[in-house]
Amino acid sequence: MKNLLLIAYLDVKESLRSKWFYVYSVVFGGLMALFFITGVSDSVVMGFTGLSRMLLIFIQVTIIILPIFILITTVKSISGDRESNVLEYMLSFPVSLKDYYWGKMLGRFATVFLPVFFALILGVIFGMMKGGALPWKMIFLYSALLFSLSFVFLGLAFFLSTILKSTDIALGASFVVWIVLLAFIDIALMGLMLQNRVSDELVITLAMLNPIEVFRIGAISLFDPELTVIGPVAYYLLDTLGSVWLIVYSFVYPIVIGLLLSYLGYIAFRKKDLL
Amino acid sequence: MLAIAKNVTKSFMGTKVLDSVNLTVGEGDRIAMMGPNGAGKTTIVRALLGFYHIDSGEIKVNGADPIKNRVDVLKNISFIPQLPPPVKLSIEELLSFVEKSSDISREKIFAESNRMDLDLKNQLKKPFFKLSGGMKQKLLIAIALSKKSNLLIFDEPTANLDPKGREKFYELLTEIDPACSTLFITHRLDEIEGLVNRKIYMDLGKVVEDEKI
Repeated sequence: MKNLLLIAYLDVKESLRSKWFYVYSVVFGGLMALFFITGVSDSVVMGFTGLSRMLLIFIQVTIIILPIFILITTVKSISGDRESNVLEYMLSFPVSLKDYYWGKMLGRFATVFLPVFFALILGVIFGMMKGGALPWKMIFLYSALLFSLSFVFLGLAFFLSTILKSTDIALGASFVVWIVLLAFIDIALMGLMLQNRVSDELVITLAMLNPIEVFRIGAISLFDPELTVIGPVAYYLLDTLGSVWLIVYSFVYPIVIGLLLSYLGYIAFRKKDLL
Repeated sequence: MLAIAKNVTKSFMGTKVLDSVNLTVGEGDRIAMMGPNGAGKTTIVRALLGFYHIDSGEIKVNGADPIKNRVDVLKNISFIPQLPPPVKLSIEELLSFVEKSSDISREKIFAESNRMDLDLKNQLKKPFFKLSGGMKQKLLIAIALSKKSNLLIFDEPTANLDPKGREKFYELLTEIDPACSTLFITHRLDEIEGLVNRKIYMDLGKVVEDEKI
């Protein structure tokens, strides 16, 4: 445990000095500031205004940017260390593979989750300055959803990072995964529906297996419990799961997938050659 | 025996890199391991350090399997890689990692660095990868010599050192505890001739010569 925390701490320190971390923090913090400056919170779209409007647009941006940012910055974590022989040196010290792998993951999680979380807090502060009430419940649930979205992509990145030996291939693979998941938010699903070759239930199941879609629906349901924004599918989802279980599913499902992928990554790290 | 490799075979993508290698490292052995590029020198060392899962055979270091008991095995081994890796940690952080993971005293590392003419105390905030090649290698040598190990493995340790640095390094090696064993991977036997008592020659994944000097 001592070494696990040590590895996590050193990974955080290393990340805090990296350029990617500054770009990442500036993008999310800057977006919030930009929304505020451009008066997004004053606009009204589909009934949303003020803090809700600002958070809603933040969700849309998060859906696109957060997964690819996490994948690109994290997928190099183990494969990059392996390629540059950093892994050879660091693991020549008496550190268990369990401490090294989970320590790296813990450290990386802190560095990818905290900037997005602070951007959310920044948005809330901006919203409060505009005179809105403090929506504690919404902030808590949205933070939980951001936590689980970050976790699932971190798990995926660590999985790819350990099973693929080359950084270039790992980067390419993460890009492909991101594009596929993004396509299956709506474009690919609409294509499947239009073809009428598969049942609607299957299309909705595919959508609900996609962690990005799950995050999107979970986050929208915080502002719009009837899910009017997503159209008639809302009836099916709410009738099947109910609004409370929908939010529970949106939080738990990505965590489970993230845990599974990171554990598979750990098994590969232990069972395959380290270099 | 400190380390034993029995009939060790390892292939990468169908190419046999280690072909039934038998090797023993006893207490007080000072080995120069030589051979052309691709002979399997680094691979056998990496297998001893638990980086590779061998296809067949058996490896024991201090009586333990380096894969299953990597922490216990690595407690007693010091290793210097061929090229200093581009570690992004600052020197302070690297020392903290070494201190806490391997129970090495920082003062001892400072003392060994001073003997290598490396002033560490004024560079603690500097990232390791920003040091010059020679300084990096000196720091890795200082760390390796500070660790209480019974087996020191050096993979061409002087490749980045200037003549004065090499001289200092060889001087320090003469002071190592006689009970401690060393394994040098080298292409230049003449440089370390006085420091070794055994030479091993590898070629095409096999040990082709193993003799006392």
